[in-house]
Amino acid sequence: MKALVAVKRVVDYNATILVKADGSGIDTNNLKFSINPFDEVAVEEAVRLKEAGMVSEIVVVSIGPAQAQDTLRNALAMGGDRAILVTVDGDVEPLAVAKLLRAVVESEKPDLVILGKQAIDGDCNQTGQMLAALLGWPQGTFASALAFKDGELNVIREIDSGNETVSLQLPAVITADLRLNTPRYVSLPNIMKAKKKPLATTTPATLGVDVAARQRVLKVEPPAKRKAGIKVGSVAELVAKLKNEAKVI
Amino acid sequence: MGRSIHWPAGINRAYRLILCIGDRTGKLMERESMEFDVVIVGGGPSGLSAAIRLRQLAAASGRELSVCVVEKGAELGAHILSGAVMEPRALDELLPDWQAKGAPLTVACADDNFIFLTERRAVGLMAPPQMNNHGNYIVSLGNVVRWLGVQAEEAGVEVFPGFAAAEVLYDPSGAVRGVATGDMGIGKDGKPTENHTPGVELLAKQTIFAEGVRGSLTKSLISRLHLDKDCNPQTYGIGIKELWEVDPSQHRPGRIEHTVGWPLDRETYGGSFLYHLDNNQVAVGYVVGLDYKNPYLSPFEEFQRFKTHPAVRRIFESGRRLSYGARALAEGGFQSIPRLTFPGGLLVGDTAGFLNVPKIKGIHTAMKSGMVAAEAIFAALEKPASGALEVTAYPAMLKASWVWKELYLSRNIRPSFHWGLWGGILYSALDTYLFRGRAPWTLKVHSDHDQLRDARDSVPIAYPKPDNTLTFDRLSSVFLSGAVHEENQPCHLQLKDPSIALTVNLARYDSPEQRYCPAAVYEIVTEAGDNSSHLHISASNCLHCKSCDIKDPTQNINWVVPEGGGGPNYPNM
Repeated sequence: MKALVAVKRVVDYNATILVKADGSGIDTNNLKFSINPFDEVAVEEAVRLKEAGMVSEIVVVSIGPAQAQDTLRNALAMGGDRAILVTVDGDVEPLAVAKLLRAVVESEKPDLVILGKQAIDGDCNQTGQMLAALLGWPQGTFASALAFKDGELNVIREIDSGNETVSLQLPAVITADLRLNTPRYVSLPNIMKAKKKPLATTTPATLGVDVAARQRVLKVEPPAKRKAGIKVGSVAELVAKLKNEAKVI
Repeated sequence: MGRSIHWPAGINRAYRLILCIGDRTGKLMERESMEFDVVIVGGGPSGLSAAIRLRQLAAASGRELSVCVVEKGAELGAHILSGAVMEPRALDELLPDWQAKGAPLTVACADDNFIFLTERRAVGLMAPPQMNNHGNYIVSLGNVVRWLGVQAEEAGVEVFPGFAAAEVLYDPSGAVRGVATGDMGIGKDGKPTENHTPGVELLAKQTIFAEGVRGSLTKSLISRLHLDKDCNPQTYGIGIKELWEVDPSQHRPGRIEHTVGWPLDRETYGGSFLYHLDNNQVAVGYVVGLDYKNPYLSPFEEFQRFKTHPAVRRIFESGRRLSYGARALAEGGFQSIPRLTFPGGLLVGDTAGFLNVPKIKGIHTAMKSGMVAAEAIFAALEKPASGALEVTAYPAMLKASWVWKELYLSRNIRPSFHWGLWGGILYSALDTYLFRGRAPWTLKVHSDHDQLRDARDSVPIAYPKPDNTLTFDRLSSVFLSGAVHEENQPCHLQLKDPSIALTVNLARYDSPEQRYCPAAVYEIVTEAGDNSSHLHISASNCLHCKSCDIKDPTQNINWVVPEGGGGPNYPNM
């Protein structure tokens, strides 16, 4: 079985984000970028499936600037076999990403596509669903556990009312939630080895996909500053304040 | 230890695993090793300059030479913090076409201002000649290092950020044979977690220690090999820095301001720097000599108070703070340079202490020391070696270079401030203008940890509360540094004897670590019930500045590297 894992290069979750003074976007100058944490979980799951003998080859794909090669090398160091970079500068909207991934799927013909459930920069949570729709494949989103049973893939999904298990026919699209696994540390020798693994690059034009933006960003502004809290002396005082001042009860 | 252990036949893997868990340190013993010609510990200006020079020499002579750099920061530049005004002398020598290669040295220094502050007034002083910055650049050293990293990788250097060298490896003769990176995935309790990944042994013909000020491995080398037996102790300062975006009306690209005086008392060495970069950004910071005497002094609070001076506050009042960080600097200079070589390795950059204090610059000397070390190593490796190599040509070549001359001529300035601010300024003027650095004497440098007075003989300092516009508390500051550590790991701030935190630090000095730490790592917590106290260490706030390792009165705090990738994540610092 062949697995395709999509990874995105995003501003590192530890980086302090600052909005540009003119409100046109985020200032990403010299910020640290790394692999989207949900995608890292997706890569880890594919590697575990390979270690368990379920998957024979892992292809990692990223859509982004030339520096996304570092993100792909990271995924290769975790255990991916080869990588594909679709080079695009600037933001790409989820629908365009899904179309690019569909084109890659059509040439690579994987049995399983695993993605993070969302990227931590745009928080869109759309790409996996759109890809499944474009391919006409079943989808298992927000996966917190996978199990193969009688040729079917059982996916446990974390939803508001609890855990839901869906049973999918392959090929299928899976999006990973954080509890699916804890990604491994990459080791120095594996980073060295990853430098020698194949990495192919292509472009949206080659794949025949129009990535022009369909949305316009009007303004980006930081969230309002939180006001300092107060300490209350008793439960009665708290209830009184919630009732009379905050007017929430 | 490592792969060289040969297990007797018949002992199966499960049994080996049990043996491993039974190990005293709780670490798994299996670790891989990788061999290079040269391993460099630390991806800062000195380490990367050494790496680039080595590969340049190899390319020019058509020799194969493998060079590896390990860096504890999550990426190159993540832990780099400096003012910084950079003298491009060493860079000119290393990469003469740096301008064409897009080096981030774009803001030329325009005007120098040296100012004495009283609480209300600012009096311009004549800037000493060492502080003439004509031809220099105001830079973000972090960004310079990121750029140097790209140059190094293009030159074929293997750069591994996110890996902390945690241990020096010695051969049976006592020579350094490399370093080992720290294990990843060791829990708080010291036991491996399910994600445990053992460190790797990086073996080399030469190991260059380029850890920056007070390197933790350098510290162990100095103590084990007595590298400091013929020099004065090192003395340090703590530098705290903020990056601001200011109102365009307050921005003068290329402007440099240094102040002495208020808010520091006259017996404490220190002062401020304020550099106008491009894009309406201003770097502002404060340096306090870690030989300060009053245990109630807080370098962080002095810096916050400095920004409220009428001549300073107008710059920042309508601006916003972008980043925050802190780092110790080595101020001992010429007198405090330890022995630089030993069998198997050598020291370069600020871990050896090449900062020129009156110039307030050490980037150029750090880079040059790395380059000279590279040249000496390259020449030494050409000859067939028997046994471990000590590159004694390196100190000899460094002594013949401009680095040594610079440090020699400026050697008496910093120690003269032992006579207070005015004594220091007066002596420095004499030394500079009359003796021109060639006075027939050399003033002694003292260590910092033994300078504190007892708390009962000291006057507590009442610092104003933060206004959250111009001045801030430590925790909101640390947030801007992007500091993060894996929470489930052993504490990397080790107390040799935990009881001393109370019996000496608290009892005699009112726990000065609560005030000198710029990241609010140390806090004395008193239990409400029995009124007992203990020292709480919030290691994940740590900015890796090393002040605690330096200033702790009994040297009871030992700073060791945490899991690789931990620490601040400075952008543009």
